[in-house]
This record gives sequence, structure tokens and C-alpha cells, in this order.
Amino acid sequence: MSDAYIRLEQLTKRFGEFVAVRQVSLEIAKGEVFCLLGGSGCGKTTLLRMLAGFETPSEGRVWIDGVDVTDVPPYERPVNMMFQSYALFPHMTVAQNVAFGLRQDGLGRAVIADQVRDMLALVQLEGYGKRKPHQLSGGQKQRVALARALVKRPKLLLLDEPLGALDKKLREQTQFELVKLQEKLGVTFVIVTHDQEEAMTLATRIGVMRGGEILQVGTPTDIYEFPNSRFVADFIGSVNMMAGRLSVDEADHARIDCPELGTTVYIDHGVSGPPDSSVSVAIRPEKIQLTTEKPSQKDNVIGGVIAGVAYLGGATRYLVRLPTGFLLKVTEPNVLRHEAHFQKDEAVWLCWHGSAPVVVTR
Amino acid sequence: MNVGSLKRTAQRLLPTGGWYVIAIPYLWLLLFFLIPFLIVLKISFANIALAMPPVEPVFAWTQEQILQIRLHFSNFGFVFGDSLYIEAFLTSVRIAGVSTLLALVLGYPMAYGIARAPSGWRNVLFLLVVLPFFTSFLLRVYAWLGLLGRSGPLNGLLMHLGLIHEPLQLLQTDFAVYVGMVYSYLPFMILPLYSAIEKLDLNLLEAAADLGCRPAQVFFKITLPLTKEGVFAGCLLVFIPAVGEYVIPALLGGPDTLMIGRVVWDEFFANRDWPVASALAIVLLVLLAGLVLLLQRIQAREEAI
Repeated sequence: MSDAYIRLEQLTKRFGEFVAVRQVSLEIAKGEVFCLLGGSGCGKTTLLRMLAGFETPSEGRVWIDGVDVTDVPPYERPVNMMFQSYALFPHMTVAQNVAFGLRQDGLGRAVIADQVRDMLALVQLEGYGKRKPHQLSGGQKQRVALARALVKRPKLLLLDEPLGALDKKLREQTQFELVKLQEKLGVTFVIVTHDQEEAMTLATRIGVMRGGEILQVGTPTDIYEFPNSRFVADFIGSVNMMAGRLSVDEADHARIDCPELGTTVYIDHGVSGPPDSSVSVAIRPEKIQLTTEKPSQKDNVIGGVIAGVAYLGGATRYLVRLPTGFLLKVTEPNVLRHEAHFQKDEAVWLCWHGSAPVVVTR
Repeated sequence: MNVGSLKRTAQRLLPTGGWYVIAIPYLWLLLFFLIPFLIVLKISFANIALAMPPVEPVFAWTQEQILQIRLHFSNFGFVFGDSLYIEAFLTSVRIAGVSTLLALVLGYPMAYGIARAPSGWRNVLFLLVVLPFFTSFLLRVYAWLGLLGRSGPLNGLLMHLGLIHEPLQLLQTDFAVYVGMVYSYLPFMILPLYSAIEKLDLNLLEAAADLGCRPAQVFFKITLPLTKEGVFAGCLLVFIPAVGEYVIPALLGGPDTLMIGRVVWDEFFANRDWPVASALAIVLLVLLAGLVLLLQRIQAREEAI
């Protein structure tokens, strides 16, 4: 037995012929905020529902705090869930909603009233106890749902797209409140989301899912800077993805022939792949620099023509057409207010550092 | 005045399309409910006469061309004064009430099953619930005479199983009336329950389970309160026609099963006492309308909290 707080062992869930979750093994430490990130139908919600006990795994076991809970029904698991739709009971007041779980535990009236009051204060909803859910705004409903799920002090809190129904401004604000609350209570969170920004902000670790499998598990930095596959590199953030052939592979550097770029990409570390093998090179748009003068560096320099400009406020995104006809995405931060931007059809030089490209083989 | 302005004036004076649509049900109710009701109300205040129709006119013109109105309240006094009528009312309420309760207990799981069935099955199951309506109501009640008779299949089965040694007297009992009532009115219970259960958000049930509710607790704390409107609607749809039911107690009930529908029938056709029969009908209507209003009031108050 490892000392992991939450442990999934070879978890598989089939719905008839369809395999929703395939052989997922995962360990989550106590107090962690773990994000399951993926597009719709990737199996992330099914995985979450297996943790909650709403779905029984076809194969594999689920352990929480050293106890095998695979066959424990949802009402006996030390786990609570915040639903995407919030699922507040419409026939009960806010206070009754929050008290619901405590009532089930058979606590005394006074104790329940105290805990409900504390919890509502924690989510900044003092004085809202007597309202009905339909009298609340989306953000308030979200906080009631959170309070209701947290009030039982679960060992594990599951959050299904916790901020999905909120507008952008409120979402950013709530993200930080959620993190603060989690740190304060020390409850382990498992969050399901399709929103990579949400995952990056909230998570201590992210598991990227596709087709029922977890492709990569890592910190937000790991996932972004060191993606292990084309899918992960492409799914998180924006990326230029090029096919190439590994021509030089030494201990301290490697070169990849990229027909789409019309040049060889230099990488400042070895990739230890079979020689001459087909690989993909991923370069993030913000890691490419644009200049009018030809840069002095020897490698990773190409010329191009600006094919499109999109001013985003904080940054400007360019599309640069290479002599090969390939379009590269480049993002330049707008550091100065009076910065001169490159114009469409302007000839430019592109360059990047030897550490910028990521080589992925699958 | 040119044609255009004439048309505009006409448009302003004539009601719009929406008004016509609303007018149709109102016109229907006016013609086929309100006017007959007023006729019955009038008769209930009339005096019995040996004529055709067997009532004295309530409104009459005297020789001096004065409108004379003669109201006889004695019919109502007669209704409340005779224990036979009171008993008939009470029996009706008891039988209708028990039937409604039985229909609810039977209908709720059925409605739940249909609402939660795979969508392909739902229409089939729904059709099965409505299917009996394709046959005459009278015929279906009549069929129970055969099913429950001394040599009917139910007695046959019980005898065959050795549970009884001679046929039970099932017909002409309250039991047969309950069977007939529940059988006939069950669809009216299932339909509103189905639509209430179908609307229920399944996430709410999972949320309750997640917060520590066992399945039975989920039902009583979440499912039932949230489908209360369907329960109310179904109960009213069964109870109201059941109270005034005539055919089922007449065919399946015994001489002791004295329900108000049968009393009204007897007064009208056997006694030819139209005023008392009308007075009975009016009292029944007032009782039922009062019940509906009371339930609506309770519901409105609960929602306001």
C-alpha cells in the first residue's frame, strides 16, 4: 500500500460496447487540487462519478484514505460532490439546503444551525439563509452548492465544472476564492473541467484525458512546457505543430529536419529517439521572437512575411507566412504603450531559443 | 372615408385573433356547463308538480304582468334533513377517497417506471396506459362482472390454488366497487404523475444520495415533495369523478353501496323528484368546488413560504 490519499487502480468503466474510462490508475495526495482536463466525452465525468459512487467501475478499485470504497454506495462515502447544475433542492431554503447533509447525519439542531451559519459566512452568504434557490443569482447558487458540499467536511470534494455556468468576470473572481477556501479547509479537491485556464489556475496537478485514458499527469507548468504528446501540446494553450525527422541526436543537442519550416530546428538537449525517426516539433507562439533585422544567432532563424495581425490588448498575435507557405503563430507581449506593431505584408525575421521547441513522438 | 381608414377602424373595434382563441373554450363552458348548471340550480329551487317536466315554474308572469319568483328552499332542507342522503354523501366520499389513495399507491410506481424507462419504451408504456380508453367505459366495467363472478377466473384461480373451497361473493360488494374505481380511474392518476416525475432533475436525487440519503429517504425528502403537484392533480382527477360515479357502484356494488350518483339517479328517474335530485347535485358540486379551492389555497400558501 502506498501512502496516497486517493488511489485509483486500473479503473475501467464500460457502457455496453463503449469504454468510457480505460484502465486509469492515479494517485492523489491529501490536500491536493487535482484537475481532470479534457474535451467532452473524454471520460472525465464518468471518472468523477465513479469517485462519487454514482457509477460502479466495470473493473478496478477505488481507495480513499486507505479504505477500499469501490462497493460503498454514495450515501456512505466520505465524499461530497458539487454538481455542474448545482442541483440545489428547489423546495428548500438556502439554509435547509446547506443543513441537508448534516440532518442526514442526525446532528442536533443547535449544532446544525451553528455549522450552517459558519459555512454561509465562509462563502459570504450571511443573511441569505431564508432565501429559496430561485431567488439567487448564478454566482450565489454556485456558492450555496459549494457550502452544501463542504459543510460535511468530506475527505474528498468532487467538483464538476464548478465555474462553467458563471460569466467570465465572475469566474476569474470565483477561481481565486475557491483556491483560498480550499487552502483554508485543507479538503482534497478533484475538479473536472474542459476549460484549460480554469485547470491551470486551480490545480496543483492536472490529468489530461482523452478517449477514456489519462495521457499526462503533471503540474500546470509540466503540462504546458513539457507536454508528452501532440494532443496535450495542442490541447493546452496555443501551439505551432510541425512534422519532422530526427537527423542529429547527441547527448547535449539534437536537430530535426522540418520540411514545413524549410529549415532544421536546433534543440539544446538530446531527445534520445531512434535515429531518422518521425517526430513532431511543438513551439509555443510566445516563445518565438519577431525582428526586422536579421538576428545574430546561427540556428533557429527563418524569414517570413506577416500574413495577419490580431491586437488582443495584452499581446498581439501575428500569423507569419514562411517561404514554404507554412503559417506560424507568433504572440508578442505589448510591453510599451506606444509600441510599433508589425504591419501586414511586412518582411520579418523569426527566431527562438534552443530550449523552446518540444519534441513529441506520439 | 377611404377603404384604408375604414379597415383600420374595423381593426380597432373588432377583437384581435388571440381573443378569438380564448373565446372558444369560454363559449364552450358557457354553453355546455354554465347554462345547464343554471337550469339545474333553477330546478333545485322549484316545487315538484305532476306535469312534464315535473316541476312548477320558478319564474312566472302574473296577470298584472309582474315577474313572480318562487324559490323553495325546502329541497335543500330535505337533503340535509334525511340521514339517507347524508349517508350517501359520506359513503361516496369514503369510497372515492379510498379509491384515490389506492390509485395513488398503484399509480405512482407505474408513472415512475414509465418516466424512467428508456425513451424507446416510454411511448409504448404510455400507450398501454391509455389503451383501455379505446374501448367503451361501460363495456370495461361490464367485463369485471365476468371476471369477479362466482364462476369467474379470479374465483377459479383461488379455488385451483386451494386457497378457498367455494367461490367468494365478490360482486355486489365494496371490494368490487374499489376494483372498478381504481381500474377505471388509474390512467387519470398516472398521466399527471408521469409529467411531474418526468420533469424531475435526476441530479437532485444524486445530490441527496451524495449528502447521505438512502434511496427510500431520497424518495420521501426529494422525489415526493417535488412531484407534489402531480400528486394533487392526479388525486383531484380521480377523486372528483369518483365521488359522483354512477355506473361502477350500480353495476358492481351491492344494495349497501349507496353512493350519491345512484341516489341522484333514483330521485330523477324512479321518484321523478327533480327538485331534490337537483338540490343533491348542487350540494355535491359545492362540496367538490370547496375541496378544490381549499387544496389550491394550501398549495399557494406552501409556495409562498
